[in-house]
Amino acid sequence: MKKLATYGVKPHDAGMKSDGQQWSLMEKLLLGLTLDQYIGQVLRNKLNWFLAIIFAIGIPVILYRFVFSLGAVTHSSYDYPWGLFLGFGLFCMVPLSASGFMLGTTVEIFGRHDFEPIERLALLNGLLGYFFAVVYLLVDLGQPWRLSYPMVYSFGPAAVLFLVGWHVATYLSVQVAEVSTAFFEWIGFQRGYDFIRKGTVGLTVSGIILSTLHQGALGALFLYAPGKVHPLWYSSAFQWIHFFTSSIPAGLCMVICVSTVVIYTMKWRCDQRFIDNLDRITISLAKGAAMGLSTYLIIKLIAVAHDNEWAYLMTGWGAWWLFEIVGFVFAPLVILSYAIRNKLVGLCRIGAFITVAGILLNRLNTALITFNWKLYQEIPHKWEIIISITIFAIYITTYRFILNRLPILYQYKSKADE
Amino acid sequence: MSKITRRRFLAGSAAGGAALMLTPAQKALAAGSFEGFPEGMGVLVDLTRCVGCRTCEAACNEEQHLPEPSKPFDDFSVFDEIHHGQKRRTTDKAYTIVNRYDVKDTEEPLYRKIQCNHCNEPACLTSCFVNAYKKTPEGAVIYNSKVCVGCRNCMIACPFHIPAYSYHSVLNPVIKKCIFCYDTRLKEGKPPACVESCPQQVMTFGKRKDLMKIAHERIKKNPDTYVNHVYGEKEVGGTGWFYLSNAPFEEAGFDTDLPKKPIIDNVKDFLAIVPMVLTIWPALFTGFHLLATKGKSHGHGDDHSHDEQEGH
Repeated sequence: MKKLATYGVKPHDAGMKSDGQQWSLMEKLLLGLTLDQYIGQVLRNKLNWFLAIIFAIGIPVILYRFVFSLGAVTHSSYDYPWGLFLGFGLFCMVPLSASGFMLGTTVEIFGRHDFEPIERLALLNGLLGYFFAVVYLLVDLGQPWRLSYPMVYSFGPAAVLFLVGWHVATYLSVQVAEVSTAFFEWIGFQRGYDFIRKGTVGLTVSGIILSTLHQGALGALFLYAPGKVHPLWYSSAFQWIHFFTSSIPAGLCMVICVSTVVIYTMKWRCDQRFIDNLDRITISLAKGAAMGLSTYLIIKLIAVAHDNEWAYLMTGWGAWWLFEIVGFVFAPLVILSYAIRNKLVGLCRIGAFITVAGILLNRLNTALITFNWKLYQEIPHKWEIIISITIFAIYITTYRFILNRLPILYQYKSKADE
Repeated sequence: MSKITRRRFLAGSAAGGAALMLTPAQKALAAGSFEGFPEGMGVLVDLTRCVGCRTCEAACNEEQHLPEPSKPFDDFSVFDEIHHGQKRRTTDKAYTIVNRYDVKDTEEPLYRKIQCNHCNEPACLTSCFVNAYKKTPEGAVIYNSKVCVGCRNCMIACPFHIPAYSYHSVLNPVIKKCIFCYDTRLKEGKPPACVESCPQQVMTFGKRKDLMKIAHERIKKNPDTYVNHVYGEKEVGGTGWFYLSNAPFEEAGFDTDLPKKPIIDNVKDFLAIVPMVLTIWPALFTGFHLLATKGKSHGHGDDHSHDEQEGH
């Protein structure tokens, strides 16, 4: 796209062409380029080739899983019933997608319209993260075609997973509605746009409720396994609040990470408003993340004190816990604080990437690495890893497809510039 | 301006109310503590009598129509099998298994039969989001595999590592575990196949409360033989099957760190928070919204044109 821009080609960003004509859907899908130009830029992009290689290997493996059962692509472990699909796909994707409700709350509830340039990116990040968490779930479930059973057929309302299922499903629809405003603008459906905008506060408030509960509920799922999760990662009193609190810096830092990738690789798609505001917003988001991290750090320590688990810190697992807490909670907290104080955007971004890595480590520690700490550790099957990577690649592809088109990084104009 | 405010407030409240409807009385089930059906049956397993003949494994295999195992039931090399440093466990093809343990200070090895312990308040049951599990008044923990979605949360929840999963089934993978021979025997008051087959009378079938008395009497009569503990009397709220042993239970591979309370007790605190969040958050955050934006522009930055249109 950069190359095309040098020839004066401008991407589609408005309802009408500069000569007053409407864009056709096909033209919109091709970003306002001609077919030759479009294919040319697809082929020039090295990431596309990389993704194509992953799909060539991974998609047949996913098909293989559905034709030859879950047992064919995993270790079929009875001791580790939840592998990478849930350990990564569900438990990591969901906290990293807390951005939707965080920024929705900031802009719509607290009226902080200075965060608006990034709001839609945060909402989209939330929607896609949840959607792909469900995709991971569908691959993991033994009988995915029965996914609707807890909704319509057989209720187990005392189960935490029942709550997770209902809330993720409801929240997904809330997020579809929130992001649909961008879609309605893009296809030119003004009435749909107006209708959704009127319900924004309601949608945002339900987003907060649902997020509080299911982010916490993902933690509460492990309350069923008091002897299996290592005590340092387990807290019967605070598990849900650990998961909820850590989802706040997770979501905010994920937005910083995504916006960083976007500004370096898709700058052509960002409008001047986004580019001009990004540094300021990055620092503001980092402030929120730093507050979240400091709270999280303290309540993690309180949990150790509450259950009097200090002795565990002297063990090997304790060293691993300290590695996580010092390296991926305390260190990014220091980095972010220093960066905020000195207004160093680049350092904020580094801190954000470390925070995201820390959330991944924490969720994998809880769900897989320290799970069954009294038994043995299991390295996921290679095909399980390949499938997880492939789904993540589909996630990136979808993300990029939408960012390229819908008015997420740019404001939709009614008429294109000359 | 005030019109919009009120409408938005109502929208917020309505959304909250709708969310409230979505979670049916979750907590009704979290009331009180349940100590099992009074007439529930159980089995007392006396490990001092077990010689590791594996007859019970064979009987279970036949009764439940399980596939033929790779090693026959008279092959005792299975006792030496180690996977990931662990002895054998129940699988989707074997609902009960016997393991051998070397006990300190004695020549004689100890054999331990493992199967579902049929908890009074089963963790698997409380973790199941389609309510597939059922604790029957007869004392069995059974499940309806027709609604099993395959989330495997019950395998996470079971403190005894019992439920297994038929991972290799393509179209109908489901949970597999011991059901106390409910369909074929227990329902009619008969003991399960493994109990009946045992040549050593390791297992005693009866009402749980009667068996518990027998267990304590045996300990009282032979205090030098038995460890003074009935494993399963109090563990995770009490189990339908419980054990006597002459060696410390941890040496026979039992998890002796299990809580005395049912697993669901850990989760109740969280479940109690759910209705509070559903009720309080809508008012709280709609209130924040009004406090934060009163007197300021309500419009979305990119939205002013529409706001004006609305005003006309």
